[in-house]
Amino acid sequence: MGTNLVAKKQYSIPFIVWIIAGTIIPLASIAYYGFTSRDGGFTLNNVLAMFRHDHLQALGLSLLLAFISTLICLLIAFPMAMILRESKYGKQGFLIFVIILPMWMNFLLRTMAWQVLLERQGVINAVIAAIGLPRQEMMNTPGAIVLGMVYDFLPFMILPIYNTVSKIDNHLIEAAYDLGARKSMVYTRVILPLSVPGIVSGITMVFIPALTTFVISNMLGGGKINLIGNIIEQEFTVNSNWYLGSGLSLVMMVFIIISMLALQKFDKTGGANLI
Amino acid sequence: MKKVFGRIYIVIIMLFLYLPILTLIVLSFNETKSMSVWGGFSLHWYEELFHSRLMMGAIVNTFSIAILAALIATIVGTLAVLGMAAMKPRTQNILLGFNNIPMLNADIVTGIALMLFFLMVGAPRGYMTILFSHATFCIPYVILSVRPRVNKNTEKLYEAALDLGASEKYAFRKIVLPELRPGILSGFLLSFTMSVDDFIITYFTRGAGINTISTLIYSEVKIGIRPSLFALSTIIFVVALLVLLAVNIRQDSNERKAPQTCS
Repeated sequence: MGTNLVAKKQYSIPFIVWIIAGTIIPLASIAYYGFTSRDGGFTLNNVLAMFRHDHLQALGLSLLLAFISTLICLLIAFPMAMILRESKYGKQGFLIFVIILPMWMNFLLRTMAWQVLLERQGVINAVIAAIGLPRQEMMNTPGAIVLGMVYDFLPFMILPIYNTVSKIDNHLIEAAYDLGARKSMVYTRVILPLSVPGIVSGITMVFIPALTTFVISNMLGGGKINLIGNIIEQEFTVNSNWYLGSGLSLVMMVFIIISMLALQKFDKTGGANLI
Repeated sequence: MKKVFGRIYIVIIMLFLYLPILTLIVLSFNETKSMSVWGGFSLHWYEELFHSRLMMGAIVNTFSIAILAALIATIVGTLAVLGMAAMKPRTQNILLGFNNIPMLNADIVTGIALMLFFLMVGAPRGYMTILFSHATFCIPYVILSVRPRVNKNTEKLYEAALDLGASEKYAFRKIVLPELRPGILSGFLLSFTMSVDDFIITYFTRGAGINTISTLIYSEVKIGIRPSLFALSTIIFVVALLVLLAVNIRQDSNERKAPQTCS
C-alpha cells in the first residue's frame, strides 16, 4: 500500500551517501582519534586526560555556568511566556516579532555588544564614572560570560515555552479555579505540568550550546577563563593535537547525551517541540 | 495591578534585548573611536566598512555559500523524502534517526568531526569544505519541513492521475510538486538562514585565507573592536528588521485574504 508515490527508493541515495560522508564517518573519526595515540596505537589517555586538573576545572565551570544561565533564562522566560499568552492578538504578534528580531542578528555581534558595554572604557563604566562612582571591572569574569549566554540564548527559551503555554486550553484553568484551586495551585498543578514539553526543549536549546560554547567565553572572558569548549578548540586550532581534542570531545559528548536523556525522561512527546 | 506588573516586565525585557543593539547603532555614527565619548556625527565607519575588501569578500562568500548550500540541501532533502515514501516504516525511522544527529549535536562536535573527516581524506580546506559542511547541517531541516507534506492524499491523487493516463513525469509535476512546494520553500529559507548565521562549523571547516562574515567578525574582535563592526551591526539589524517586517505584512494580508487556509 502506498508504494506507488514515485516509488523509487533510489531517490534517497544522495541523502544516504551524504549521511555516511557528512555525519557517520566524521563522528567515527572523532572516536578513532580519541582512542589513538600520536604513534598510532590504541590508548585511553586522551579520554582520561579529562581528569587532569585544568581540564576538570574547565568542565566543572562549564557545567556550572551553563546550569546558571539555563536557570536564569527559564526564570525570565516562563513569566514572559505567560504574559504573551494573556496579551491580545495584535500585541502578541508584535511582542513575538520583537523577541525574534535579535535572533536574526549575528550572535558574534550580539556578544560583542556586551563587550562594548562592559569594558573598562565601555559604556556602563562611562555612566558609572559620570555619577562619580569608581569604575568597575566587569569584563573577564564568569558573571560577564553568564550575561552573554543569557542574552544570546534567551529567545530560544521563550519561544518553545510560549508555544506550549499558548496551547493550554483556557477551560482547564477556569475549571481548576471553579473547583476552588488557588492561584499558586493552578500554576503548580495545571499550567506547569502542561508546559513541560516546552520547558524541556527550551532547556535543551539553551543548556547544550551554553555547555559547549567557546565563543562567548573567549569574547567576554578575555581568554582568561577556560570552558571545556575553549580547551577543545585550542587543541584543534592552536596545539594541533587532534588526538587529545577528540578524546576530550568524546567525554563532552557523554555529558550532552546524559543531559538529553535526562530531559527526555520529563518529556513524553520525545522532543517533538524542538522546532 | 497585574497588568501594570506585566507591562513593567515587558519593558525590562525589551530594554535588556535592545539596549546593547541600540548602543552599537549609536556608536556606529560616532566620529571618534571611543566607546564612551560622543565625538560628533559621522558616516566615516560605514565608509571604512564598504572600502574593506576583506569584508566585501566575506559578504560574497557568506551569501554564495548560503544559496548553494540551501539549493543542494533542498534537492538532496526533497529527493530523500520522496525515496523514503517508498520504504518500510522501520527503514524510514532509522534514516530519520541519523537525520536528527546534526540537529541535536553540539555545533562544536559537528565542526571538529567534519574537520577531522577533511583531514583524513586529504581535502584541502576552503570554500568547498565549508559548502559541504553547510549542506550537511541544512539537509535535516529540509527533510523535516518537506516530509509532513507527503501524505496519503498526495499518493491517492498521484495514483488517480496515473490511472487517468498522465505520464509519471506529468503527474509528478502537476500533483506531487505543488503539494510539496510550501515545505520545499520553507526548507530552503530555513537552510539559507542557518547557513548565513553559522559561525562554529564554518570556523572549523574553513582554511586559512577564506572568510565568511562570521569568521571575519571573530578574527577582528580578537584583534580589537573597530567601529566599522558597529556599522556592520547596524546594517545587519536594519536588513533583518525590513525582511521580518515584509514577511509579517505579507502573512497578515494573506491571512486576511484567505482566513481558512492559515497553516
